[in-house]
Amino acid sequence: MNPIIEIDNVSFSYSHIPVVRDINLVIHEGEFLGVIGPNAGGKSTLLKLILGLLRPDAGKITVLGKSPDKGRSRIGYVPQYPAFSRDFPINVRDVVLLGRLGETRWYGGYTQEDRDIAMNALKSVEIDSIWNQSIDSLSGGQLQRMLIARALASKPDILILDEPTANIDVRAEEDIFALLKQYNDHMTIIVVSHDIGFISGYVNRVACLNQTLLCHTTSEISGKTIEELYGAPVRMIQHIH
Amino acid sequence: MTEFLSALANYTFLQHALLACILSSIGCGIIGTYVVVKRIGFLAGGIAHTVLAGMGIAYFMEGSPLLGAVIAALFAAVFISFIKLRWKQQEDILVAAFWSVGMAIGILFISRTPGYSVDLMSFLFGNILLVSKSDLILMMMLDIVTVGIVFLFYKQFMAAVFDEEFARLRGIRIEIYYTLLMCMVALTVVLLIQIVGLILVIALLIFPAACAAQFFHSIFKMMLAATAICLLATMSGLAIAYQPDLPAGATIIVTAGVFYAVAIASSRLLKQLQKKSVAN
Repeated sequence: MNPIIEIDNVSFSYSHIPVVRDINLVIHEGEFLGVIGPNAGGKSTLLKLILGLLRPDAGKITVLGKSPDKGRSRIGYVPQYPAFSRDFPINVRDVVLLGRLGETRWYGGYTQEDRDIAMNALKSVEIDSIWNQSIDSLSGGQLQRMLIARALASKPDILILDEPTANIDVRAEEDIFALLKQYNDHMTIIVVSHDIGFISGYVNRVACLNQTLLCHTTSEISGKTIEELYGAPVRMIQHIH
Repeated sequence: MTEFLSALANYTFLQHALLACILSSIGCGIIGTYVVVKRIGFLAGGIAHTVLAGMGIAYFMEGSPLLGAVIAALFAAVFISFIKLRWKQQEDILVAAFWSVGMAIGILFISRTPGYSVDLMSFLFGNILLVSKSDLILMMMLDIVTVGIVFLFYKQFMAAVFDEEFARLRGIRIEIYYTLLMCMVALTVVLLIQIVGLILVIALLIFPAACAAQFFHSIFKMMLAATAICLLATMSGLAIAYQPDLPAGATIIVTAGVFYAVAIASSRLLKQLQKKSVAN
């Protein structure tokens, strides 16, 4: 397996408060990596470093062998909270079409090909029937699916999702992870989650992050690791699928 | 009304005024839509008031006040977008500083120019009945530039006003498009100053697009609707002002304000009716 993202001794702090320290992690092509850890453990920060939205204070990150700024065009990103306001006058398909930017022609409107790709992305997250609804009418689950479709529309090699199921119910959560499992056939997937038990049924490796990387293992996560990670014993809940 | 129409047939100044309404409505509809959805009315206000500095300096130096306005507006746009992108914490204070210092500079220069008072009023409250042929040509050029740039970069502007973070990830250089957008806001402000003057310009930039936002859920439709509403407001304001000899700029703004009130009220009513019909 080829390394697709390499994180080499990376540290980052927001005005002198260290958020992540000495992170070393290599993510390989075709992996489905879960990143877990407590709140303020640096999970979202690590994603932003990979995406080049933040620059490491020390160390180096490469995405597909390039700097994050250059490599990120091959990444589809699904944010935890949408950065837009819900009353913006735009419909579902037009949001998804924004994922075509950087892939399509630079001038004028979108091409028919862009629209086809956007509709296919909507089909794959199963909300193509509401393509012309405006975004203020969407449920939490529909909004999340739309954001995934927008990330898919750029035909990425890597899909990065930040707490994709934080704001939706359990039923929709299972559906979304089942979808991600399908995409994993041809995409590397990195997903941040707080729900350790749940994602372990889908991912093939877990990275535990609390400022430093405590483990990255394919084996079962033991109670001891979790205690180390969260600083207190956490009750493990068995998820049966 | 009939008197306005017959006057329109006879007097070139009225024909020019009407053409000015049409030309300014195009810029107003397109750029006003961006201003409303991006919620940068205050920044546009800062640009509008800085324009007086350019007009005052140009007037003092016996240049074209309109050209001075264009230069000052573009200058303000570039600086204000720099503030917005780099010094976000102090945005309101810095924009307010531009707003008032720009006006103050303008007033100082105008006060040093002999015979200033009449022109000061027309800068502040508009001079639609004095629009000249060369003003119209400049207005048309500003329209062509605006429509051309929006047509070319429609997708990029959409991404920049909708979701900056995602746009950046898709390789859109937000700084460039944001500054370009602010420059177009600046040019549109100059267009509209011809009609209603720089004090009232923000209302004309915002009301038509805000009306359109009540009924349309797409940027493109909002642009078309806002252009039509702006055209209707400016032309009917002009017609209403003609016979009783009211100040045209102020009449246009009040008309646009009434349109906005009606739009809000009727969209509320429409939503309630829809709820009722769903409930039944």
